[in-house]
Amino acid sequence: MPYEEKRAWIMVFVSVIAYTVYVALVLSRADGTALTEVSYAATMLWSIGGAILASIVLNIAVSMASAQKNLKDQRDREIHQLSQYIGQSFVVIGGVSALGMALAEVDYFWIANVIYLTFLLSAILGSVAKIMAYRRGFQLW
Amino acid sequence: MTQADLAERIGVTRQTVIAIEQGRYSPSLEMAFQIAQVFDVPFGDVFQYPNNPNNESGTP
Repeated sequence: MPYEEKRAWIMVFVSVIAYTVYVALVLSRADGTALTEVSYAATMLWSIGGAILASIVLNIAVSMASAQKNLKDQRDREIHQLSQYIGQSFVVIGGVSALGMALAEVDYFWIANVIYLTFLLSAILGSVAKIMAYRRGFQLW
Repeated sequence: MTQADLAERIGVTRQTVIAIEQGRYSPSLEMAFQIAQVFDVPFGDVFQYPNNPNNESGTP
């Protein structure tokens, strides 16, 4: 398995786990009250920070454990570019959504969570696109 | 020559060589010429493009 594909798998698992933990913690605190009243900011920041830290640690571990040289060649760069195009589209969707919600004066809770969700979808879909390109094939046209 | 040898000589990973062989990746023109140069054969001996199965003459 190419090193870049391993990194994509790490991104998928870390992102899903971090977001799942965040949602579980926030929902557990709701306990019948409105979600907008729940303290979520610190949990969200810890979730994001934890995901970044876990991703760094796992990437270092995979890099050290790889028997092959972790060379990034032209195919890797092209697949990475494709995954960026796909993933960044969701960042734009998140930004536009947040803009609309801010203009509509929606509660900060929902704006923050929509942005976090679109970041998650961006990471997951970009990584899935990368994995599919490595597994099924990739043609630059 | 092994896949790893070929990969090293053209500056790509072994997985890329495997993907090219399996048709899962089309190399750039430069990479394709490098591969042909490694084997010291004409370009067309290494890479072929299938004719249109509906029109063998190639005309519309």
